[in-house]
Amino acid sequence: MTDTAPAATRAVAALPSGVRTPWSEFWRKFRRQPVAVLALAFVVVLVALAILAPWIAPYDAENFFDYDRLNEGPSLAHWLGVDPLGRDILSRILVGGRISLATGFLSVAIGGLVGTVLGLLAGYYEGWWDRIVMRLSDVLFAFPGILLALGVVAILGSSLVNVVVAVSVFSVPAFARLVRGNTLVLKRATYVEAARSIGASDRTILLRHILPGTVSSIVVYVTMRLGTSIITAASLSFLGMGAQPPTPEWGAMLNDARADMVSSPHVAIFPSLAIFLTVLAFNLLGDGLRDALDPKLDRA
Amino acid sequence: MPPSASPSPPPSPILPDRRILSVSDLSVRFTTSERTVEAVRHLSFHVEAGETLAIVGESGSGKSVTSLALMRLVAHGGGTIASGRMLFRRRSGAILDLADASNAEMRALRGAELAMIFQEPMTSLNPVFTAGEQIAESIRVHQGKGHGAARAEALRMLDLVRIPEARNVLTRFPHQLSGGMRQRVMIAMALACRPQLLIADEPTTALDVTIQAQILELIRSLQDEMKMGVVFITHDMGVVAEVADRVLVMFRGDKVEEGAAPALFAAPRHAYTQALLAAVPRLGAMAGSDLPRKFDLLRPEATETPAVAATQDAAQDHAAQDTRRPGPPILRVRDLVTRFDIRGGLLNRVRRRVHAVERISFDLASGETLALVGESGCGKSTTGRSLLRLVESQSGLIEFAGENIRDLPPNKLQALRKNIQFIFQDPYASLDPRLTVGFSIMEPLLVHGTPRREAEARVAWLLERVGLTPAQGLRYPHEFSGGQRQRIAIARALALNPKVIVADEAVSALDVSIQAQIVNLMLDLQRELGLSYLFISHDMAVVERVSHRVAVMFLGQIVEIGPRRAIFENPQHPYTRKLMAAVPVADPERRHAKPRGLLTGEIPSPVRALGDEPEVAPLVEVGPGHWTARHTVGGLAA
Repeated sequence: MTDTAPAATRAVAALPSGVRTPWSEFWRKFRRQPVAVLALAFVVVLVALAILAPWIAPYDAENFFDYDRLNEGPSLAHWLGVDPLGRDILSRILVGGRISLATGFLSVAIGGLVGTVLGLLAGYYEGWWDRIVMRLSDVLFAFPGILLALGVVAILGSSLVNVVVAVSVFSVPAFARLVRGNTLVLKRATYVEAARSIGASDRTILLRHILPGTVSSIVVYVTMRLGTSIITAASLSFLGMGAQPPTPEWGAMLNDARADMVSSPHVAIFPSLAIFLTVLAFNLLGDGLRDALDPKLDRA
Repeated sequence: MPPSASPSPPPSPILPDRRILSVSDLSVRFTTSERTVEAVRHLSFHVEAGETLAIVGESGSGKSVTSLALMRLVAHGGGTIASGRMLFRRRSGAILDLADASNAEMRALRGAELAMIFQEPMTSLNPVFTAGEQIAESIRVHQGKGHGAARAEALRMLDLVRIPEARNVLTRFPHQLSGGMRQRVMIAMALACRPQLLIADEPTTALDVTIQAQILELIRSLQDEMKMGVVFITHDMGVVAEVADRVLVMFRGDKVEEGAAPALFAAPRHAYTQALLAAVPRLGAMAGSDLPRKFDLLRPEATETPAVAATQDAAQDHAAQDTRRPGPPILRVRDLVTRFDIRGGLLNRVRRRVHAVERISFDLASGETLALVGESGCGKSTTGRSLLRLVESQSGLIEFAGENIRDLPPNKLQALRKNIQFIFQDPYASLDPRLTVGFSIMEPLLVHGTPRREAEARVAWLLERVGLTPAQGLRYPHEFSGGQRQRIAIARALALNPKVIVADEAVSALDVSIQAQIVNLMLDLQRELGLSYLFISHDMAVVERVSHRVAVMFLGQIVEIGPRRAIFENPQHPYTRKLMAAVPVADPERRHAKPRGLLTGEIPSPVRALGDEPEVAPLVEVGPGHWTARHTVGGLAA
């Protein structure tokens, strides 16, 4: 009834021809954020490099040893230098990116999926199920993430697969809480009540109306979480609980570099830089996605 | 009143003696990333001391933007004052142009000499401060009084706005006050510093009619006492007739007409004003007839879509709506009870209950419209939701086609929901923003197993039937206007060919002209498809237009039910009479002819302690099919 400013602009904004889908709306807002677009480009390049690593890496990451140039700095032959065992750091970072990204994506995918399902059910049905899921999350939240992951790996044994399991376990409660909160709100939306009034089943309501409503926050959180997961996985490897030598994992590479860090800093700097830039890119991308997906930030 | 309305700005800031505000050539722009919108164009008007100027218009007319421009608050919404002068006479007599006053000057003016009341008293009061503190704050800031003095003054203001037990209210938080009380506190805040000019932006729109009548009365009498100018912004012509000395009609940012209220109502000159007045439902317009009738719409150019005109069958436009079919009722409700538990305390035990619906009984005949009227909290919406089991009721019988809905297992309930459909008050909220409207309309068909191809054909037909085009089905809800969205919601409700439609305040949130179109559409559909409507509304004038029978609800009970004509021409229950008296009449000549004594008091609360059962007794027949309560309900007895 009122014609305050946003209402007036919205009414007029609807006039131009062409259907404005939620997707085009998102893209319009995302494009306006140069930092996020840059982060997205970086992530795309990173993923492409990781996929193509075995073919574009100049040397074999595990089995090529240049004994004449141990700990040598960047040169034309080895762009990022050579590590204490004579391996090419660039090749190891490229191949290691494959491992870091894979552990990150996999653990977040598993954790996100399990957490989303638990959160949806907890938020929609509430009752005893909700209480169990939420208390379990509280317990998991009470552990520092890295400690929890260490515990899981300690029990299951150190291997990359177990790192993925450990990091997913520690992603589950965060997703469960996020999705449950959204579900509690959406469940009370009039359009969900409208869906019930036409006789839609719980499954239809959950999958068609509630899940799509919460997808945007899940996507944002997945992106943010990727950074955290990559760091956690690298930390575990750094502590010797994850990837085992000679696997070129970024965290493991830092561990290998410890002894020679002072005399030849490049052996630590480049893997660190890889971790730093990757995590930063995911976080910036997450921020950008959130700003583009949040309808409340539709100003300016 | 001087005949000339200052068409051009005077060379130096001079105002005629009694003039408080003179606005000339005001334009306000909103710039978005996509385009620039001129929300107000070259608007000129003026306000005298002790005068009420009503600015009327529908959504998007620029009336609220005008008020924000006066307060210089448009910038918060992204707007800029593109041109114009707004000369304002300060209390000291100095004349100031609000359009180029400094921010410091504006801060000193706001609240002290220029005050504003907003539509939604809950959101305009700060929830973490007490009512007294908020009034006192404004007094401290603008009058430099100490804490004690400011508090004493706040108490005096609450007395002035006729709040009973003002001393108690002083220490209460906004959530502990009713809507009417909050609006009084807002008025007390606005008037605390005795402003020269009061801007009231839809101050009664969110309130129930009986409370609205009290607030309007209050504003009028305070204005007489304080001799301030009032700019009253509203979409409701009834309210305009109640309060305005002069009226300014706006349409899409332009002033279309301005004049003294009696003259404007008696002989509107502009086509838009005429159309607006024609679309206003008037209580008593249906006197002497038994059946519902469509609105006569006279707005060829301003309709939403050209398709609407095509759907209106000219020959039947003014025919009465004789759609009721004899036979057993399609829906029978007996002794329905719905209560909600309020838990509290350390152990989260049930402490109190909301007695939302208390043993109500009614029949709905095939092809009939039964209106359920009452004020907020009377249980009318809960009744509608209970019918579809969107909320669970505690006892009673809801019989549809021989089956008790309350006993149905889930799978049969799904099937039954095909036959009873719901239209919600807010069409935007009831459509999933992420789905195209075409899919939203198709969803009920898919849920009930209609093949996709068939469902698509039906969606196209439905869209055309409600006055939209099938191509619009590919668009998303945010691309439609309020009226179009309600058409979409109606199409969705019709998708499954229901027998009964529960329309919960289906037209209350719409502009009057759109409201009239939607009501006409609903009546057309009833005639064609033989629908029965349970029409839930608080608006007596619309109810009079659409219904065959009316049930008046108060505190969860039906206090009076019967043929519409009997209820409106011969109301028996005191609450029904109170409700009718409170409806604003769109006729300035009649504004003082009302029995004012009826309009006091708050709406009692349906929340009761455990074990404190309300008194419920069978209704007594007072005429053919006309029943009324003779026992005491909420302190009202017949």
